[in-house]
Amino acid sequence: MELLAYAAFFLTIALTYAIICLGLNVQWGQTGLFNVGIAGFVGLGAYVSAALTTPDAAERIGGFDLPIALGWLAAMAAGGGLALAVGLLTLRMRSDYLAITTFGIAVALQLVFQNTESLTGGAFGMAFIPRPFSGLQGEAFAFNGLNLALTAAVVLACYLLLEHLLRSPWGRALRAVREDEVAAQALGKNPVLLRIQAFALGGAIMALAGAVQAHFIGFIAPGNYLPMMTFQVWAMLIVGGSGNNRGAILGAVLVWAIWALSGALISEVFPADQQARAASLQIVIIGVMLCVILLWRPQGILPEVRSVSRHLGRRNKDIKP
Amino acid sequence: MTGSSQPPILKARGITKSFGGFRAVNDISLDLAASEILGVIGPNGAGKSTLFNLLAGALPVDAGSIHLAGKDLTKARPEARILSGLGRTFQIPRPFPRMTVLENVMTAAQNQLGEGLFSALIAPRQVAAQERTNVVRARDILDFVSLSHLEDQPAAVLSGGQRKLLELARVLMAEPKLILLDEPAAGVNPALLDLIIDRIHAINKLGIAILLIEHNMEMIARLCPRVIVMAAGKSLAEGAPEEVTRRADVIDVYLEGMPA
Ligand SMILES: Nc1ncnc2c1ncn2[C@@H]1O[C@H](COP(=O)(O)OP(=O)(O)O)[C@@H](O)[C@H]1O
Ligand SMILES: [Mg+2]
Repeated sequence: MELLAYAAFFLTIALTYAIICLGLNVQWGQTGLFNVGIAGFVGLGAYVSAALTTPDAAERIGGFDLPIALGWLAAMAAGGGLALAVGLLTLRMRSDYLAITTFGIAVALQLVFQNTESLTGGAFGMAFIPRPFSGLQGEAFAFNGLNLALTAAVVLACYLLLEHLLRSPWGRALRAVREDEVAAQALGKNPVLLRIQAFALGGAIMALAGAVQAHFIGFIAPGNYLPMMTFQVWAMLIVGGSGNNRGAILGAVLVWAIWALSGALISEVFPADQQARAASLQIVIIGVMLCVILLWRPQGILPEVRSVSRHLGRRNKDIKP
Repeated sequence: MTGSSQPPILKARGITKSFGGFRAVNDISLDLAASEILGVIGPNGAGKSTLFNLLAGALPVDAGSIHLAGKDLTKARPEARILSGLGRTFQIPRPFPRMTVLENVMTAAQNQLGEGLFSALIAPRQVAAQERTNVVRARDILDFVSLSHLEDQPAAVLSGGQRKLLELARVLMAEPKLILLDEPAAGVNPALLDLIIDRIHAINKLGIAILLIEHNMEMIARLCPRVIVMAAGKSLAEGAPEEVTRRADVIDVYLEGMPA
């Protein structure tokens, strides 16, 4: 029972990463937008939702005690809004500006989380974030199981939404822009607008993931949203298969499993005074895994499949030889 | 100038473009009647494709103005020009290689409801209805250019000539009033050439004006009552093809382009 409860806990965390990974897949896998500030978008979602839903606290502004669902929605709005602003500023320019800007924003946001104590609790972070099904917290199995189901439902909803969009005329126009921007433009598609939309959608999904994660764990701190998180999510998408939504989910679970297992192994094998240093072995292991995947299956475990718009069923060809 | 009493569909005045210090297009003016096919000929490097890029909005003009059916498109983005009815094909075809032939054509439809991120989500019925109408039209167009049997293939498998036909199909899907055709017969095998000539004729019969860049003089003679000759960015001569090709200055610029 305890093991099952732990498995549910582990999977729930992995699935929150799957949501981030789906967000990155819209931006990079489907659109080719290089976001190196993922942790910033995730952290923004976590902090916005926490500020709105925690009970009032004397030492900081915020704490509106609002329902969790509202916190999630606000997180999406904040992440989408930030991505929209970044997109409007940079997506008309050369693509490397986007990378620089997202990196800068993630660093800046991390500093804000760290230093605006009256809003974010500073280095200590925020606690008492309401957890879904908190009435059941005493029964680890039921509590973790229900949270797993809820997080899985969010993953499924994101997955279905993205697959629907991929096969819509919007997804078709996005693919056209990626395949040949000049031709797409000559046929009336607006590349900048489509990219901004895809980037904002991805940003909203990442922020939602941050909120879901924060509410499941119950507390957040600035140290959760370091560039390491961005690296992990990129590793997940590359391993799973960039451009493939199922690959994004699979990659998140796999890489998180390896991350968690190697972490557990290190704490078993190394003496306590060596563990802080040994922890960097985890990064090495993920790095090695990335290299193996890139050599063995450069497209990831589940490569991108050619998706075709809905409504374009095959024509009856029985007349032709 | 147009030899026709209709008001011009395309009115271009003083179109000029330089790359660095090099004048690729120098003060070109055109009037094109609504049902006309106008040929644009001239040696390689004369500035013909650049002129198309300027008319279609892929490049901004340095000077001059462009009006389509009375509407000023001089500063419009390429997306706005095709929406207003000014379509173009590329000298080197630019298919979406990993999309199917049918999807390539579907992409070109204008005013697609489902291309809006929100309407794609909140109005699935209306989007589906529009897709069904568009797919019927896309298949008619594929029949018209004889590519129906390839509709489910990725465009990457098409031959050079088939790619030219796909360019034509895509631009037709946008329901243009004027099509700029850049060397639709270049590199096409002779069997397809007749088909392409015939289809261009048929398109023009539908009332679509055509501006045609072509080196194949047989094709020019069969399709264009009138041509302009471009050389070194300028308009050198204008008139019936059999007349201008007899002019000494036109023969000279063609001979200059030949290896000694
Ligand atoms: N984007 C560009 N930058 C610099 N030079 C260009 C560009 N496009 C075309 N040119 C130059 O302009 C001249 C005309 O080219 P082009 O319009 O393609 O000629 P044509 O289609 O008549 O063969 C050529 O000398 C070409 O090198
Ligand atoms: Mg040319």
